[in-house]
Amino acid sequence: MPRRLLLTALAAVVFASLIGAAPALADTFTPQSGGSSNANDIDTLYKLTLYIGIVIFLLVWGVLIWCLVKYRAGRRGVAHQIRGNTPLEVGWTLGAAAILVVLAAVTFIYLDDIENPPASGPNGLQAAAGQFATIDQPTPPTSGGPVLTIHVNGQQYIWRYDYPGTPGTLFSYAEMVVPTDTTVVLKLEASDVIHSWWIPKFGPKADAVPGHVNETWFKVPAGKEGVYRGQCAELCGPNHADMRAWVRAVKPSEFEAWARTKRADIKAAGEELGKSRKARLKAGEVD
Amino acid sequence: MEAGAVGARRRPLARPEVVLHGPRRRQRGWLSWLTTTDHKRIGILYLFATFLFFILGGVEALIMRLQLAHANNTLVTPETYNGLVTMHGTTMVFLFVVPVLAGFGNYLVPLMIGARDMAFPKLNALSFWLLLFGGIVFYASIFFTPPEAGWTMYTPLSEDAMYGSGGVDAWIFLIHLTGLSSIIGAINFIATIHNMRARGMSWGRMPLFIWSILVYSYLLVAALPSVAAAVTMLLTDRHFGTGFFNPANGGDPLLWQHLFWFFGHPEVYIMILPVFGMISEILPVFARKPIFGYKAIAASTVAIAFLGMLVWAHHMFATPTPTVVLAFFMLSSFTIAVPTGIKIFNWLATLWRGQIVMKTPLYFAAALPALFTIGGISGVMLAVFPVDWYLTDTYFVVAHLHFVLFGGSVFGLFGGLYYWFPKMTGRMMSEALGKTSFWLMFVGFLATFLVQHSAGLSGMPRRIYDYDSSLGVQTYNLISTIGAFILAAGVLVTVINVLWSIKAGRKAGNDPWQGNTLEWFTTSPPPPNNFDVVPRIRSLEPMKDIRREVAAAAMPAETSPQPLAPRSL
Repeated sequence: MPRRLLLTALAAVVFASLIGAAPALADTFTPQSGGSSNANDIDTLYKLTLYIGIVIFLLVWGVLIWCLVKYRAGRRGVAHQIRGNTPLEVGWTLGAAAILVVLAAVTFIYLDDIENPPASGPNGLQAAAGQFATIDQPTPPTSGGPVLTIHVNGQQYIWRYDYPGTPGTLFSYAEMVVPTDTTVVLKLEASDVIHSWWIPKFGPKADAVPGHVNETWFKVPAGKEGVYRGQCAELCGPNHADMRAWVRAVKPSEFEAWARTKRADIKAAGEELGKSRKARLKAGEVD
Repeated sequence: MEAGAVGARRRPLARPEVVLHGPRRRQRGWLSWLTTTDHKRIGILYLFATFLFFILGGVEALIMRLQLAHANNTLVTPETYNGLVTMHGTTMVFLFVVPVLAGFGNYLVPLMIGARDMAFPKLNALSFWLLLFGGIVFYASIFFTPPEAGWTMYTPLSEDAMYGSGGVDAWIFLIHLTGLSSIIGAINFIATIHNMRARGMSWGRMPLFIWSILVYSYLLVAALPSVAAAVTMLLTDRHFGTGFFNPANGGDPLLWQHLFWFFGHPEVYIMILPVFGMISEILPVFARKPIFGYKAIAASTVAIAFLGMLVWAHHMFATPTPTVVLAFFMLSSFTIAVPTGIKIFNWLATLWRGQIVMKTPLYFAAALPALFTIGGISGVMLAVFPVDWYLTDTYFVVAHLHFVLFGGSVFGLFGGLYYWFPKMTGRMMSEALGKTSFWLMFVGFLATFLVQHSAGLSGMPRRIYDYDSSLGVQTYNLISTIGAFILAAGVLVTVINVLWSIKAGRKAGNDPWQGNTLEWFTTSPPPPNNFDVVPRIRSLEPMKDIRREVAAAAMPAETSPQPLAPRSL
């Protein structure tokens, strides 16, 4: 029967695309990760729920297709007039509940590692010279070395990054530079509308809401230097799609070099601004 | 015999009931549609208007899919795209799914419970006209400035500082008008279902569709005031200088999200529960079996509604919120999976060892558990809040919500349309066109939305008018766009089927499917007063009883079972 064939073929296509291709195209079915340990934990947790989901999917689709093929009118005797089965009802209620209890337990096991920033590693910024070593600790304080705190401010349609607690002023726009093997804690704010910070390889999103300070963290492992891309994930106006973020992870020594140059540039730009204002005042261009 | 029947209705046990003096005359002419208070005609007005809005919302979706077909496309401007996002979401939620269910409910509730009309026929008409004018006010904004802040209208983006022109205000009025329409309609359903059921129809003999409409109504009454308050606050923020949602004035943008989702999540169940009810009617009829676990399905409907009021903040997992709150909302969201799973297992058990008659309504009804299961699984994944931190606001969520809203609600609604169309018009729809429509929609749907999971996992946020080719989502988006057009072709085939069948469909007779419920007792289409005599209800399946009695008496009466429709037309 062609209809039956079509149904079987369709089921086969769906199964194949969902399961058959899974190992070959892992990233098609799982989150990005690798930029930070919390992203890896989220990836693991996601896969766990996915596997449970696949079992349930196969069960439901299997039984459904079986019924539709096997119990067509006219094929066999009469329709069995069954109105219910209490043990069966109780069974699948408890079964479903049990799966969710397991899922909740596993989530809480992983939660601590995903949510709470760990200490910076031995090759992190703390191992280098001490200018960042006194940076404020996140709450609750972690057991290990210092972390780098960056204040992130979302604005239509750019991110501003302030590096507080350091001598002089240090900030940048769009591209955030961070040292590897160093825990980076982000304090997120927004100055106009809600934005959402997200670098897929770092795992979690965090909404930047005006009037609130949100927090997230990441720690790029040593040896994973490079540029990590992301974009705003909360509709923030017509150019929401154009609001990009880049995180450039570099070795701690390079980071310090960058910070020195950047600080000097900012200072020079400030001085330049003062000079030019005075010059324009003299020329009568401004009051 | 005749006098005896009337006498029986007047016994002391009879409930007070408005009895018509003389038969109601069939209304004629176009003008009669404007003044009608007949629940069936109002139901048809609802269905007609909401399907028009469905087409509009669908066209908006197709334009968005075209824009996203390849990277760096310039078909529409960012402003237009955000307008389309907002119009599409708002239309589908407020002008299609919620009111189309009110339409089916209007048509079917009095017929299924053996009543002659709704409790408040004039309020019923008011409900419809409020809805229509809500839609007109909203769509009028496309001639000025359509709203662009998304159907969730998050503050401060929706405040006057960002969008000072009238689009957001048009949206606010839409919420008020359609909200009022829904609340009035819900009160009407509640009054009707509580008071006007046929004699013998106890709670345990009430059709599951009626259960679901009752729960839908209570949910509307419970949830809508929250959004009504929220949009009123937004209105005063925008025009009268208050600062409910503005941190500069001591307000809080998160207050909007709480108020909105306190309504918005029950709204999700408002949109799906009556459809669950529909397929709980359709599956047993075509499986030639009683529904499996009637009490479990009815109870799970109530349970889902109750739990649905307690999960709203799972839309806000990425906001600055204490972990203990997140954990609560994860667990409460998990618990909803249990009653939902119960329903799905009961539907499967209903089909199990049946004699399944493969007609178009069954195709759509059987697709619902299949597709909703995928949406349910991704829903549980999204409820795990650390995982949600990754997935929220990506195309994974877009895929999830379309699996439950399109794969769930819309497929079920189409099943309902094919199932009850013969009752409403007296004519059968074409099976060939129906099945063509189904397969196009089914394949198109999967092509459109399965790959969107992958797009989201690759890092594509929702509500973006453009993406970089380097993001690696080009192929997914192209497949999705092609799928959307296959899906649209499927919908178009059903539209053609409806238009053709109204004129040329084969005559249906009273009971073309061998239904279980009372609406099949009367003629197709039913007369203005629905029933001349309402039978006493003795079980969950009164029509089965009647057919059995008729067969026993071997009496060729009007209620004799009709033969099933032939395989093809």
